[in-house]
Amino acid sequence: MRTSLRKFLIRFMCGLLFVTLVAACTASNNPQTNTETTESITVYTALEDDQINTYLESFKQNNSNIQVNIVRDSTGIVTAKLLAEKDNPQADVVWGLAASSLLIADQQGLIEPYAPKGLENVREDFRDSKNPPHWVGIDAWESAFCVNTVESEQEKLPIPISWADLIKPIYKDKIVMSNPASSGTGYLSVVAILQMKGEEEGWKYLDALHQNIAQYTHSGSKPCKIAGSGEYPIGISFGYRAVKQMNEGEPIKPIFPEEGSGWDIEANGLIKKAAIKPAAKTFLDWAISPEVAKKYAANFPLTAVKTDVPIPEGYGADPYGQLIKNDFQWMADNRERILAEWTKRYDGKSEPKSE
Amino acid sequence: MTVTSNRSPISSGKIKPITTSEDWIMRGLLLLGTLWLFVGVVFPLYPMLIRSFYDSNGSWVGLSNYVKYINTPSLSVSFFNSFYIAIVSTIIAVSLALIFSYALTRTAMVGKPWFKILGMLPIYIPPIATAIGLIYLFGNKGLVTTGAFGRLPTWDINLYGANGIILGEVLYVFPQALVILTTALSLTDARLYEAAQALRTSPMRTFLTITIPSVKYGLISAMFVCFILAFTDFGVPKVVGGDFNVLATDIYKQVIGQQNFSMGATISVFLLIPTVFAFVIDRIIQRKQTALVTAKAVPLQPKSNPMLDGIMFAFCSLIVGLILIVFATIILASLVQVWPYNFQLGFKHYNFNNVAGGGYNAYWNSIVMSLYTALLGTIIVFIGAYLVEKGKGLKWLRSLNYFLSTVPLALPGLVLGLAYVFFFNNPSNPLNGLYGTLGILVICNIIHFYTVCFLTASTGLKQIDPEFEAVSASMAVPFYKTFWLVTVPLCLPILLEIGIYYFVNTMVTISAIIFLYPAHIPLAAVAIINMDDAGDIAPAAAMSTLIVLTSMGIRAIYWWGTKGLRKRNQAWLKRS
Repeated sequence: MRTSLRKFLIRFMCGLLFVTLVAACTASNNPQTNTETTESITVYTALEDDQINTYLESFKQNNSNIQVNIVRDSTGIVTAKLLAEKDNPQADVVWGLAASSLLIADQQGLIEPYAPKGLENVREDFRDSKNPPHWVGIDAWESAFCVNTVESEQEKLPIPISWADLIKPIYKDKIVMSNPASSGTGYLSVVAILQMKGEEEGWKYLDALHQNIAQYTHSGSKPCKIAGSGEYPIGISFGYRAVKQMNEGEPIKPIFPEEGSGWDIEANGLIKKAAIKPAAKTFLDWAISPEVAKKYAANFPLTAVKTDVPIPEGYGADPYGQLIKNDFQWMADNRERILAEWTKRYDGKSEPKSE
Repeated sequence: MTVTSNRSPISSGKIKPITTSEDWIMRGLLLLGTLWLFVGVVFPLYPMLIRSFYDSNGSWVGLSNYVKYINTPSLSVSFFNSFYIAIVSTIIAVSLALIFSYALTRTAMVGKPWFKILGMLPIYIPPIATAIGLIYLFGNKGLVTTGAFGRLPTWDINLYGANGIILGEVLYVFPQALVILTTALSLTDARLYEAAQALRTSPMRTFLTITIPSVKYGLISAMFVCFILAFTDFGVPKVVGGDFNVLATDIYKQVIGQQNFSMGATISVFLLIPTVFAFVIDRIIQRKQTALVTAKAVPLQPKSNPMLDGIMFAFCSLIVGLILIVFATIILASLVQVWPYNFQLGFKHYNFNNVAGGGYNAYWNSIVMSLYTALLGTIIVFIGAYLVEKGKGLKWLRSLNYFLSTVPLALPGLVLGLAYVFFFNNPSNPLNGLYGTLGILVICNIIHFYTVCFLTASTGLKQIDPEFEAVSASMAVPFYKTFWLVTVPLCLPILLEIGIYYFVNTMVTISAIIFLYPAHIPLAAVAIINMDDAGDIAPAAAMSTLIVLTSMGIRAIYWWGTKGLRKRNQAWLKRS
């Protein structure tokens, strides 16, 4: 019996060793299949998951020697990561992060100014005015409502067309919105209200809106996806999400509110660190090149580099006219104060709602 | 632990025992083991506590974070919310588990082996996946809420909020309570019941005066374990909490949403205090426990009682039915094309290319991480337990080691993870190089689940007759040889059990690694969170299904592979 036990032990150990070896090999094979790769860069981005792969195609074609590690998360998380790693930055490049968030990182001295090749093609209001710029935009996204037409009809809800509509009592507990503390989209909607109506009136409006909100979600795209699945009929989200879900056949109608949409720029920046890799600059040059700009334009009507791509289906005819007047510096400077106020007022539904 | 430190009868009394080089090796190892526990458990907590006294810019603010937290009404409400859901979930789960385990151990109900397996099913399901299953059952477009879309009566339980969290937590902690209570109930002396019967005691009175007191300690332990788990769980409230905030989701919001690590640390302290408190009380109570089962005890053979058996069968079927329905719903949701508009089935959601979380890469990483954790964790835990149980001399160090090994049970995963971030991501820490690697995730997981594994190992080691060591020593066989040739083979089933425990828990854990995982190592369970955050709930269900099937697969392979071994092992126990 002893020998058989020992035999088992040996076999078991061999098996375990084998499994571990295989695992170790597959593990180390996954991130770097190409052994010829000379350089690798880590890119932090808040672009949508379903966009990144298409965008990256042309970069991979032209720069097969650069391994790009993409780290994607929502705006709040990417910003949190950047700030948390302040003393020991892991990222080389930030790609497509809200400009107002990049400004916060910049205030903390995390950004190395860099003027990428082709900067002159970038709209002036879509990039930092300093020279060389600290951030360079690629496109802009704007708040929009995702309205589920099937559910609206079933529940006899009229389709809201303006911010003013959303606070009507008929929509009580029918609306989902993202938490501005974690979501860039949520934040731009809140600051849009505060900038359009002024702070005092703005908070009054948000108080009224709060009565109708069923849930505050963590990310900006979730309200639209929840609306798409009919869990709740209306989501306050952003244009791209609404248009995309409509085009994919979900019963979603994108609504750009009459009063105007809050907006922010998706921007790039170079991370300040001891050894800045040349590949990081190559990446930033590519990120505003005309070929990738065309791909941005296929998703967004508002791009930093002008292209001949027609406005994607589902957007209004005048996407620039839809935007409110927006002060990014104000957005960045007052972020902490606004979020604290917002959290105090609305975070936690268990609190009796203010009547 | 009470193995005498004397090597021979002569060395008692005034004569000092000879310290050999072997003893020094053992002492060295013991010291090393203690150091490991200090680095893994104690040191990381310090920078976290300190951090709660600083603001986000790094200047000392004393208690003002705490004051701010208590004075923000919506935040301090979470504290009571956490207590509320933890207490309610604990009461429900422990009551259900008590009846369930009573049925398993004390009745002649049919189908016991099946109920035993199926009752444990939730242990393979990440709590966040349970919550996703609940959305598809009880959400606004759920199967139950809409009455299977108009085919059945509708029933809206108002999922989002306290109801959903409690339901999810009950499912999550139920198997944990079940394990403890089944063990407690199976250790009993039939003679007590025979006496009760001879005295014509009513069954109810027998239950209240014999059964309940005999499982008192198990019951208390189950309550504390369930309380700690439900109080600190993050997955369920994240998904079905709606706007019902709890401490765990508050930490997540502060750290991830607002980049406020100091406030995260502050809330962590609020999360830590009650759990440490519960842990200490439990330890004190358990100390009073004395052996109920003596050598003269007669094992209880449950007698058939058609009525009781029938009721119990119905009850257990109900519980197992609920568990199976939740599990089946997760699988169904992962296969349905567009819930609730297109119920065609397909594997569309198993293509993770266009969703957050890292897809199959994350899945493989999780498997690799779990394998490493299982392998290294088992080795470390077992050696640690061996040194404490069978070590000689240095009693104080062994006691300290034992104490430190039980502390991780009281540390919520979120707190441990955040503490590791503060501790290891500090350039002046010599272990800073570990930050952002698979290594730190493995260490964090080993520590996170250390206590249960350690207690399992030390229970197993206690069952081995100290004679083995004594005989080996008298034959001048070094202890490491005895360890390798006798102790390890004898404990093989326990070792494998620990390995499986590590694997399964590492596959499903989120809380300990959510702040810690480096960007280039996406992980499956975290991917579920990220997909749910982005609103991609169907792919999240798909990833959950993969995780559950993998863990169950590993368990099945283990069961099948060790069938013969277990038989042989039991034969050995019988012969001795």
